Amino acid sequence: MRTLLALLLLFAAALAHAHKPSDSYLAIRAEGANLSGQWDIALRDLDFAIGLDDSGDGDITWGEVKAHQADIAAYALARLKLRSGDADCPAHTTEFLVDDHSDGAYSVMRFAATCPREVTTLEITYSLFADLDPQHRGLLRLEHGVATRTAIFGPERATQSFELAKISALTQFVDYAREGVWHIWIGIDHILFLLSLLLPAVLVLDGGRWQAVARFPPAFWDVFKIVTSFTVAHSITLSLAALGVISLPSRLVESAIATSVVLAALNNVFPVVHGRRWMVAFAFGLIHGFGFASVLRDLGLPQGALLIALVGFNLGVEVGQLAIVSAFLPAAYGLRASWFYRRLVFVGGSIAIAAVAGVWLIERAFNMKIISP
Amino acid sequence: MRTSRTSIIGTVTDGLRALAIASFAAAACAAPYVPKDDATVLERLPVRPGDPIARELRQLRTELAANPRKRETAVRLAERYFELATSEGDPRYVGYAQAALKPWWDLPAPPLDVLVMRAILKQYSHDFSGAMRDLEAATREDAKNARAWSWRAAIHMVQADYEKAREDCVALQNVESELYAVGCIAYLDGTTGKAAAAHRALSAAFAKNADVPREVKVWVLTRLAEMSLRQGDVKQAEEHFRAAYFEPINDQFLLAAYADFLLDQGRPDEVIPLLVDWVKSDILLLRLALAEQALRAPKAREHIEALRSRFDAAALRGDKLHQQEEARFNLYLLGNKEKALALAQENWKLQREPRDARILLEAAFAMKDPKAAQEALDWLERSGHEDPVLRRTAEKLKALKR
Repeated sequence: MRTLLALLLLFAAALAHAHKPSDSYLAIRAEGANLSGQWDIALRDLDFAIGLDDSGDGDITWGEVKAHQADIAAYALARLKLRSGDADCPAHTTEFLVDDHSDGAYSVMRFAATCPREVTTLEITYSLFADLDPQHRGLLRLEHGVATRTAIFGPERATQSFELAKISALTQFVDYAREGVWHIWIGIDHILFLLSLLLPAVLVLDGGRWQAVARFPPAFWDVFKIVTSFTVAHSITLSLAALGVISLPSRLVESAIATSVVLAALNNVFPVVHGRRWMVAFAFGLIHGFGFASVLRDLGLPQGALLIALVGFNLGVEVGQLAIVSAFLPAAYGLRASWFYRRLVFVGGSIAIAAVAGVWLIERAFNMKIISP
Repeated sequence: MRTSRTSIIGTVTDGLRALAIASFAAAACAAPYVPKDDATVLERLPVRPGDPIARELRQLRTELAANPRKRETAVRLAERYFELATSEGDPRYVGYAQAALKPWWDLPAPPLDVLVMRAILKQYSHDFSGAMRDLEAATREDAKNARAWSWRAAIHMVQADYEKAREDCVALQNVESELYAVGCIAYLDGTTGKAAAAHRALSAAFAKNADVPREVKVWVLTRLAEMSLRQGDVKQAEEHFRAAYFEPINDQFLLAAYADFLLDQGRPDEVIPLLVDWVKSDILLLRLALAEQALRAPKAREHIEALRSRFDAAALRGDKLHQQEEARFNLYLLGNKEKALALAQENWKLQREPRDARILLEAAFAMKDPKAAQEALDWLERSGHEDPVLRRTAEKLKALKR
């Protein structure tokens, strides 16, 4: 059978890798002298190393994992050395969860570590499963400020050092401002909301019919009022939410944002609110602010520089918004009298925006997927 | 006016796509949770603790733990794990095998049995040159080592070094029984333009040695099916595939080849029942998703996303073991021709089997870039490989040059 196997496998070498190999996912965030992290380790690997299947039936249950929490933490943390300068940063677990990855269930261990001084060079020694499975790899994601680095640990690269750049207030400010611009740029729901409100700015409702405005200044001031009130409103809620004063469930916020887009777009086709669109911008701007806040939360807020990050992010959002407005307004003003603008862009565009946002609303409210990639 | 309309619709579609992708990305990294019930089964171990295999492994591990330098035990444990790696398709067993050989792993000249085992494990991670060095040393030391010769042949075939592969097969003739020696030569001939003769020789040797184990039967039948296809005999190929499929063992290689055959024949509906229980295997999931896409089945999207996250995970690790599959995934399931071609070219540097040539030709054709597949075209010319599908794609590619 032995030689036979060689021949059988002979020509199937390339196909032998049907599964994902063993990896663990290690995320560490450095902040001052504190490190916080999350470590996802496959249950299969832990079972091989320390034995989890107490019942011996081949199934690993949550009860069995729970019973071994302390063993898992002791085993894993003994194989992860965090050092800053010449000093150890001892780690302890803070939370114990599970997660499903593409290749099975993982134990998720959250941990915290404290170094004696602010970390400038973080040295990580990773030796998990090195003795049992030299093919195992630890995939690290290291976050510091808004910078993220990745590294791969294995027996050949068990110890690696990372220089953590001193973060100045200015870089922090610029980093968060950049994130703000980026978010408005990819946040298509915010863009569509703003556009829905701006589309009528170069038109005027005259006896139930939209006519082109005669002069530029009224259009400009209309846009100015809308953008300013939107900005003031979302700055208020963004700050309140980021500082933890108010918090709303994200499904509610996302659904409300989609609703705001639907209503703003429909209002162009069947005008209900006119002239005071800046009030609409303000009211719904409050909701969009919560949406921005969740992005900021995902980015992580530096405890020492909360205000800098908040102001930077907010200003970034404004800059992104102004870029969109300054591209929109001249073009819309130039085209305002044309059939193309009044029928296709204004009416057709508003209907399209309402339809898209309607689908979002259903998706977000009922937590389902309709639009395929 | 018309172009403006298109561009507005285009922008909206792009937006929708961006949104859909963003939400999928969010779904892929779902949040960690605390299960509600202690009885919730989180994971099923692939080898049940009561299995005879599990018992044997446990016993060997205990023996080795007591005496880590006991070579026979270490090599036997490594072999058991390697067998498991190939039958389960799970590379972590190769890591376990490597760990068993640890005392000898970095030695320049370990004992013969370790040398061969080490080579086998190295080739699994696509370290072909390292594996070949060990195998050359092994056959120098023991010219009758059938296993070392057959692995040499395998690696030379993967690298499309047919002259050396023939030398290995000839050496195998002196030390291995008829079916294996004939199988080696037939595989080589079947790849290099003599499929009809190879089919005759292998069929005859198979008829004389019908009482071989099932694994060998499946191997021979799969090879015969490929040789039939290369001669353009679809009907005979299908007979071989079906005969192999009805052997009561699981063979991923057979399933992959059979599924590819059905896909090529425009019969995706028959692929679904074949592979529906194999979603854990990346290579078979790829074929399943291709079939589902052809049928516009609702499951296709979920499986494409699963494949995407597995390829992403491999990229995170820096693995390049799946480039051929990833190229196919990009070309046919994502429509990302450019990336598909880059992957197929990268893959060709390491692996040069017919299916590696095929994806390179097809990706180059999709990009209308015949130069990108020049090496595969040269290979086709030099090897005389007969597969009509490859030949047709090559002709279409060459026509682009003119």
